Amino acid sequence: MPGTYIPINYLPVLIILIAATLIGLAPLLIGIILRPRRPYPAKLSPYESGIPPVGEPRERFSVKFYIIAMLFVVFDVEAVFLYPWAVAYDKIGLYSFIEMMIFIYILLVGYIYAWGKGAIEWE
Amino acid sequence: MTILEIGITFIKVFILVTIVLLHVAYATYCERKVIGHMQARLGPMHVGPHGLLQPIADFVKLFFKEDIIPSNADKPVFFIAPVIGVIAALSSLAVIPLWETFSIANLNIGILYILALSSLGAYSIILAGWASNSKYAFLGGLRASAQVISYEIAIGLSLVGVMMLAGSANLVDIVNAQSMYPFILVQPIAFFVFIMSAIAETNRAPFDLPEAESELVAGYFTEYSGMRFGLFFMAEYVAMFIMSAIATICFLGGWKGPDFWVFSYVPQIVWFLIKVYALIFFYFWIRATLPRYRYDQLMGLGWKLFIPLALANIVITGLVKLF
Repeated sequence: MPGTYIPINYLPVLIILIAATLIGLAPLLIGIILRPRRPYPAKLSPYESGIPPVGEPRERFSVKFYIIAMLFVVFDVEAVFLYPWAVAYDKIGLYSFIEMMIFIYILLVGYIYAWGKGAIEWE
Repeated sequence: MTILEIGITFIKVFILVTIVLLHVAYATYCERKVIGHMQARLGPMHVGPHGLLQPIADFVKLFFKEDIIPSNADKPVFFIAPVIGVIAALSSLAVIPLWETFSIANLNIGILYILALSSLGAYSIILAGWASNSKYAFLGGLRASAQVISYEIAIGLSLVGVMMLAGSANLVDIVNAQSMYPFILVQPIAFFVFIMSAIAETNRAPFDLPEAESELVAGYFTEYSGMRFGLFFMAEYVAMFIMSAIATICFLGGWKGPDFWVFSYVPQIVWFLIKVYALIFFYFWIRATLPRYRYDQLMGLGWKLFIPLALANIVITGLVKLF
């Protein structure tokens, strides 16, 4: 029947996902009964080396983190393109090798440009 | 798949998870002992003979600790972050073959599955840092997420060479492709990049910048205490076990050992665990030996050395395979 494909190989993955979720949640949920709970304001305030918190905790942060995130997307997608190529490399030979070298070359130009612009420098 | 097979899978999951959790408990003990002896101390000695019951005492203590949720925290996210970490770490176990016929799910995309789940682990870090609503946790979370995603690229690229040689992303196939020689002999650069990036990916010393206690208190889990902190700790040690297992499978020949004299009678799992424990010992050793990196050095190392090295390794492997 079309549209009823069940990926049966992945059923064990589902089972271990359920088991892992239980192991993650169980200590927290069972612990509610066993743990003491005696909160007071000073205990619940965020840690700041013993002084009362000053200012907003979520302040502005360096733009470099955004640049790293953007570069990550580029290189991670590159890695994803490399996987099927690597697995099938024995069967597709020289032609695919040249194609992939062109692909890596284009990325390398971008990488050198990002490096030259100081995107991966941290001072 | 019949009901019987599903039942067997449940039992397998139960056995594997129990073994790994026991292993995690005693890995903490071993780490304290190993580092203690390396620094001319004894490590834990008081609970049980030679401190052997220390992990159990630690667990009981963590379990009965008061659960402190900071008043300004984003409560649902604060609650879910350590659970995500544990789920991502434990689910990766599904594809690891302990010996030739034992893996819970023999997927043909094993490596991709492991990398996908290790990316999910980054969510637990960034969500924990964000939800705590504390300066240290926020800065630690930012640093940690930037570090984890940077080194994830290096890990991903270093495994491409292995996949090219094995012609498969299935972990069982990769081990079977190493019947002549382990891939560490032909992929030494990839092995080096993988091991170093795995240390950074699991936030271990000398790349434990996210939890650099001298500057960030405890980084992204500053506000976590009791069992929630225990879950982060568990996720870190399970991730360490998984990274060592992947290094064993992809570079050291997995469950295969020398095939002569008495060595051929040693069960496959023993070889596998010997290699994994050797790598975990290496983690402890490097922690006792090296001082922590500076953050700019760490990011520079990842982006300027490991990623170009891994790319060069792919090109060289491709060239060698052509001729």
